[in-house]
Amino acid sequence: MERFLSFAKKELLHILRDKRTMLLLLGMPIAQIVLFGFAISTEVGNTKVAILDLARDEASRRIERDLDASRYFEVVAHLEDAAEVEPLFRRGKASLVVVFQDGFRESLLRDGSAEIQLIADATDPNTATVFLQYATSVATAYARENQPPAAAPVGIVPQVRLLYNPQLKGAYNFVPGVLGMMMLLVCAMMTSISIVRERETGTMEVLLVSPVRPIFVILAKMAPYFLLSCVNLATVLLVSVFVLDVPVAGSLPALVLVSFVYILLALALGLLISTIAATQVAAMLVSGMAFMLPVILLSGMMFPVESMPAALQWISNAIPARWYIAAVKDVMIKGLGFQAVAKELAILSGMTVFFVAVALKNFKTRLE
Amino acid sequence: MPALDVRDLDRSFGSTKALEGVSFSVEDGELFGLIGPDGAGKTTLFRILSTLLLADRGTAAVDGFDVVRDARKIRERVGYMPGRFSLYQDLTVEENLEFFANVFGTTVARNRHLVDDIYRHIEPFRKRKAGALSGGMKQKLALSCALIHKPSVLFLDEPTTGVDPVSRKEFWNILANLRSQRITIVVSTPYMDEAILCDRVALMDDGRVLRIDTPDGIVEGFPGPLWIARARNMHALLSGLRDDPDVESAFAFGDAHHVKPRPDAKDPAGLARRLEERGHQEVVVAPARPGIEDCFIEMLGRKVSA
Amino acid sequence: MNVIETERLTKRFGDFVAVDRLDFQVARGEIFGFLGANGAGKTTAMRMLCGLSVPTSGTARVAGFDIGRQTESVKKSIGYMSQKFSLYDDLTVAENFRLFGGIYGVPSREIPSRTDEMLELLDFRSEKNTFVKSLPLGWKQKLSFSIAIFHRPGVVFLDEPTGGVDPVSRRRFWELIYEASDRGITVFATTHYMDEAEYCHRASIMVDGRIEALDTPARLKQAHGAASMDEVFRNLARKATRRAD
Repeated sequence: MERFLSFAKKELLHILRDKRTMLLLLGMPIAQIVLFGFAISTEVGNTKVAILDLARDEASRRIERDLDASRYFEVVAHLEDAAEVEPLFRRGKASLVVVFQDGFRESLLRDGSAEIQLIADATDPNTATVFLQYATSVATAYARENQPPAAAPVGIVPQVRLLYNPQLKGAYNFVPGVLGMMMLLVCAMMTSISIVRERETGTMEVLLVSPVRPIFVILAKMAPYFLLSCVNLATVLLVSVFVLDVPVAGSLPALVLVSFVYILLALALGLLISTIAATQVAAMLVSGMAFMLPVILLSGMMFPVESMPAALQWISNAIPARWYIAAVKDVMIKGLGFQAVAKELAILSGMTVFFVAVALKNFKTRLE
Repeated sequence: MPALDVRDLDRSFGSTKALEGVSFSVEDGELFGLIGPDGAGKTTLFRILSTLLLADRGTAAVDGFDVVRDARKIRERVGYMPGRFSLYQDLTVEENLEFFANVFGTTVARNRHLVDDIYRHIEPFRKRKAGALSGGMKQKLALSCALIHKPSVLFLDEPTTGVDPVSRKEFWNILANLRSQRITIVVSTPYMDEAILCDRVALMDDGRVLRIDTPDGIVEGFPGPLWIARARNMHALLSGLRDDPDVESAFAFGDAHHVKPRPDAKDPAGLARRLEERGHQEVVVAPARPGIEDCFIEMLGRKVSA
Repeated sequence: MNVIETERLTKRFGDFVAVDRLDFQVARGEIFGFLGANGAGKTTAMRMLCGLSVPTSGTARVAGFDIGRQTESVKKSIGYMSQKFSLYDDLTVAENFRLFGGIYGVPSREIPSRTDEMLELLDFRSEKNTFVKSLPLGWKQKLSFSIAIFHRPGVVFLDEPTGGVDPVSRRRFWELIYEASDRGITVFATTHYMDEAEYCHRASIMVDGRIEALDTPARLKQAHGAASMDEVFRNLARKATRRAD
């Protein structure tokens, strides 16, 4: 144990002495989450809306008022004529025009549905989608409230409700994504670099010639990065709860447990890289290319897995981050507990065991 | 039982034969030198002996333990200092020593006396990072780290490469001291002049051992006489020598050329006369005692012609 | 004619005087050994002479150019070879010549003929299209040197040139240096190995940033009553108060 502590202390010293890297490791998650949370947001906020109200009735005005009151839309103009629409777009005055047809209220109350025409600046497709969902819900609510109970409509009123993330906040997607990415970066990249560095400088030779068992060297190397990742996990969660207003809706122990398994998995991957990469630069490139890109592109962090082509979906199954991100979403956003993430937990644990086994098998106790 | 027993070691890397039929043994408490240029196989040999590499063929035993079967036992009793001083550059002198002591399951406090002679040279810098030390101090720290667990055999791979002459001299003094404590030392070096500081040496080239003997024995074994030659224009003299019928080979050797005369050559005076007749000025040719380097060159020459 | 002339050449880093008022001359075609322990200031002095570092005070002229003001001209008229061979391993011998010839402004029409000439001199024609990585160490060293003098510089700086090669290759390397010197190229070499100092026409020994001794090896040995340059060096370097670099 004393030996282990001295090893771990040495590793910690390496990290502490390299101030720039340490700052990067601790600052990166915060920077990433803030960046994703605010700057690269897919959220709709204060979209400029112009209204062409040909109906001028109670229903259309109600929807207008609701729109304007919400923090996502801002009514900037009332148009008189359809001819005004195009110039408005061209000058960039509005990114969305809402057209209420004549007889909007009657049609809504009579048929249970009415037409709203949306003309959107398609360079920002998100806005239109979000508006559509939002306006539909406002219109539906209005229709429901104002329908005489006796004249209950026949048929189904489409009721769109955005579950879990009613305001379509980007942070809900990015917090799990950043967690998934960051752990890999800190654990896999740093562990592999630090092992390869020892090989490059020749200190590994001395360690291998010592009576210390290799598994011991490896565990001691991982310990500080495990610790660092826990710190990062805590920072990301704190930032997301208190700065980005993304709560941990479900079981915190479940979240922590699944994160621990994922950190272990990332450490095992780092070890695996170190057995392949001959130089520190190679280790960095391998962890960068082999992990970062698939995590960003295929894990569901940026693009939903469900909307990927079948082949990519199939590949994404093999990406640990995908399962981790799914589990974090389940716990943090959907507010679920252990049972809900049992599948993910099992898959991640399996992967961890697999990678540890392969890495240990490849880790040479001799030089080659 | 010899401290080291090496038999018929072969080791290849791809098509390159790093070691070919290497055999030797080292007695307990001996200071044994592996002398040879880069690529002679010295590092490969050390790695096999310290259980880091497996040989393709042959056996090796350290303190009676087989390097393959008893690797773990060997790792407990060997001190190994690889070619590049394997220190943690970002840790201080003190931290490095403490760490390596711990790796071998001991502490600096317990074994301080083992390295005291060496460590006191660098102790004034104990708070300095190893990366900021000079070559000589790095070398001493690395040696302290290799000695802190009281090994019975010490493997030093080119400890004096890149170190200035003063530090080199100090280092060899330290080794002489260690030998008096009956630690077996195997040290490699590309510098022929360091060979005379060993009890016995193995001259190595291209994966083979050319000769194993005491430094004196190697010099005694030099076939035939050796002459040195000087003249005002040393470069012209070299071609003059090589053109002479009495000369088998001639090499620049610092301030004088070393000449190996043909077996039937008469005396240095005749050679000097002929050279002066051909226009060389201030010619001096005299017999000389060969050094290890002459012997090495001579063996290389024989290997080429064989 | 002197190819290198320094006048109170000094380099300070803060309070630390790395190179302290150097005054020396090196003649055309001379083989000059520049010796000193780690941290004595050799590397700093050589960097200034190569135009890579500006002196704090004092001046030096290399190949007729002022090292402070005519840095580019200095760089064009010197060759440089370090212990780490600056050759491209994955290029052939001829390609390395072409590359470095181009870098140093050898007219491209002349590169093939000069390459042949150089390979002839090295007795190396057969290896013209061999990849550098498959050459033995001794050959790489000779090749590095040939490339360093390919653009016919007035002076070539050798930084620890012959570490690690076998004794025969080392001697062949020095023969190459003698040949260059015969053709009028000045050779300025730093080395840790005092037996190499014996090959030089003159040698200087730096201690603590200053040149403590400068003469022919024979006279240095005589003055110190020493049998070898190694002894001379140890005599002088022992006085050093600073040893770190």
